[in-house]
Amino acid sequence: MTHTIRIAAGLLLISFSAAAQPSGEEILERIDRNMSSESSYVKSRMIIHGPRTSRTIESETWAQGKSAFTEYLAPARERGTKMLKLEDQLWIFSPSSDRTIQLSGHLLRQSVMGSDLSYEDMMENPDLASKYDAVVVGSETVDDRECWVVEMHAKTEDVAYQKRKIWVDRQRYVPLREELYAKSGELLKQTELTDIQQHGSRWYPGKIVFKDMLKTGAGTEFIVDEISFDVDIPDYLFSKAALR
Amino acid sequence: MLKFYLKGLFRDRARSLLPVIVVTIGVTLVVLANSWVTGVLEDMVVFNARFATGHVKIMSQAYYENRGQQPNDLALVGTSSFMDSLESQYPEMEWVERIQFGGLVDAPDENGETRAQGPGGGMAVDLLSEDSGEIERLNLEKAMVRGRIPQSPFEIILSEQFADKLEVEPGDQVTLISSTMYGAMSITNFTVSGTITFGTAALDRGGMVADISGIRQALDMTDATGEILGYFPSGEYDDPEAASFAAAFNEKYSNPQDEFSPVMATLREQSNMAGFLDLIDYFKGIIVTIFVVAMSIVLWNSGLLGALRRYGEMGLRMAIGEEKGHIYRSLIIEAVFIGLAGSVIGTLFGLFFSSLMARGIDISGMMQNSTMMMQGVMKAKITPLAYYIGFFPGLIATVLGTALAGFGIYKRQTAKLFKELQA
Repeated sequence: MTHTIRIAAGLLLISFSAAAQPSGEEILERIDRNMSSESSYVKSRMIIHGPRTSRTIESETWAQGKSAFTEYLAPARERGTKMLKLEDQLWIFSPSSDRTIQLSGHLLRQSVMGSDLSYEDMMENPDLASKYDAVVVGSETVDDRECWVVEMHAKTEDVAYQKRKIWVDRQRYVPLREELYAKSGELLKQTELTDIQQHGSRWYPGKIVFKDMLKTGAGTEFIVDEISFDVDIPDYLFSKAALR
Repeated sequence: MLKFYLKGLFRDRARSLLPVIVVTIGVTLVVLANSWVTGVLEDMVVFNARFATGHVKIMSQAYYENRGQQPNDLALVGTSSFMDSLESQYPEMEWVERIQFGGLVDAPDENGETRAQGPGGGMAVDLLSEDSGEIERLNLEKAMVRGRIPQSPFEIILSEQFADKLEVEPGDQVTLISSTMYGAMSITNFTVSGTITFGTAALDRGGMVADISGIRQALDMTDATGEILGYFPSGEYDDPEAASFAAAFNEKYSNPQDEFSPVMATLREQSNMAGFLDLIDYFKGIIVTIFVVAMSIVLWNSGLLGALRRYGEMGLRMAIGEEKGHIYRSLIIEAVFIGLAGSVIGTLFGLFFSSLMARGIDISGMMQNSTMMMQGVMKAKITPLAYYIGFFPGLIATVLGTALAGFGIYKRQTAKLFKELQA
């Protein structure tokens, strides 16, 4: 009888712990629900810490589905530069040359305004669950928050990073740290997400520090000054006409 | 005694004429080959110095370490005051600023949309200052195929092949998509002022030349430059002088703790030029060695033939009591006279033909494009070495050849010689 109780208790414990630890796919879906939205507006500052100087670039971004429109506000040299992303295509408008250039091929791997972010990073669809298979490989504490450590492997070849590792806040389902790897296993970028703020039912980072491991410099700080989710965005903003 | 030997040589032409002709031809060829190789290879060094390396080049330490990537983010800054300081401290040198850049060149259609696009690499030099010698240094005037040299900061010269690929003509607008010094994307319009032929396949595929002021604005490099090239006043590269100059400069300015401090590299230390400069010396060594070996064999042979012809004479000399060693020494003394005569005449002929070839042979007509930045004239160059490079090997080869042939004397038996004399 005692033996049967022990087995039953053991099975119960296993089932409880299985319920407590969500699967990798479930974690990705929760992150997507938390971080993605139908539409959003972000006003941000990007502080780029180069090997010699630091520069601050201000911008506004409107995003809806797989489309996004960004206008740079400062510094003077970048003011008026606009970027439009429609599905998997990206255009950039330079007011000084009055030219709209479609970026493709190796240009997409260039740095955005000298930051640790590439245009390819900007092209990434924020929806993780549809692009990656995920496995929970452990749990660790980051910034005093209990996190799941999730390893993600790309389902297809058409993603910028074949392997990612994220530390996801167990309660808020927001990543607090991320490592991005090449197919060869080389670490390409590191990201730290801090100043987590609540926006309605969502948790969103107020500051993200990107570090391109192949570049010198102390990384790029992306500071969210204003953010709104599910906003109304006029359709014309997602057309090439809006660039000029 | 010497007079006796000389008379013998003059009166018996068969003994002296052929060896003198052989040595003369050999020495002439050595002097000519040396002058030709020196001229052609040094012209290539000069081309490299003018085009890419300078006699010395100043860069930031970090730029120098990554120079293969043309990393403008590691460029020297505050260069206007640095240039003033260089010009006041080293007034004998000529200093020029250059920026190497790369990017996509985009040719728009009538609606401003991309019509054609191609990757290119370029060089920004001072084309607009009145006292700039860059146009002449880079042979730009002669290399122009169509159009003219830029007259404003936002004009650019494309290689003829690149312009053809993009289907642009002088006067058309193109957009250079590149990276600023801070890594941001740079999109700048330039007007094609003309096209040139560089003369090297890689540059002809996508080469560009623009004024440095326009490229500075495009790449956000105000008061910055990738490279500062220095040229000696003689216009000639002198490796020991460059090495000591660079060592003194680096001692004064370079700080190993600061990756952005300036560092000076000599021409030899750049673009695999060390191997190239060594190649010039190897070539000279190879020419002399081949000459000495080949001439020795030829003269050995002719010495053997001469000795055979002089069997009777040798026999008679030994019969009247002359020692073998004395006969051998007399042959060597004769060889010294022959070697001296052939070497002097050969050196004079060699210098004469070299001076004719110093004017150069125009090979540009044989090339696909007759206008190019690379020199289309191959010239010989007479250096002090030319005055003696053939002389000593000519002398040594004659003596060596005779010495080898003369060994035969020791193998002869006096009795046998008497028999030959009686016959």
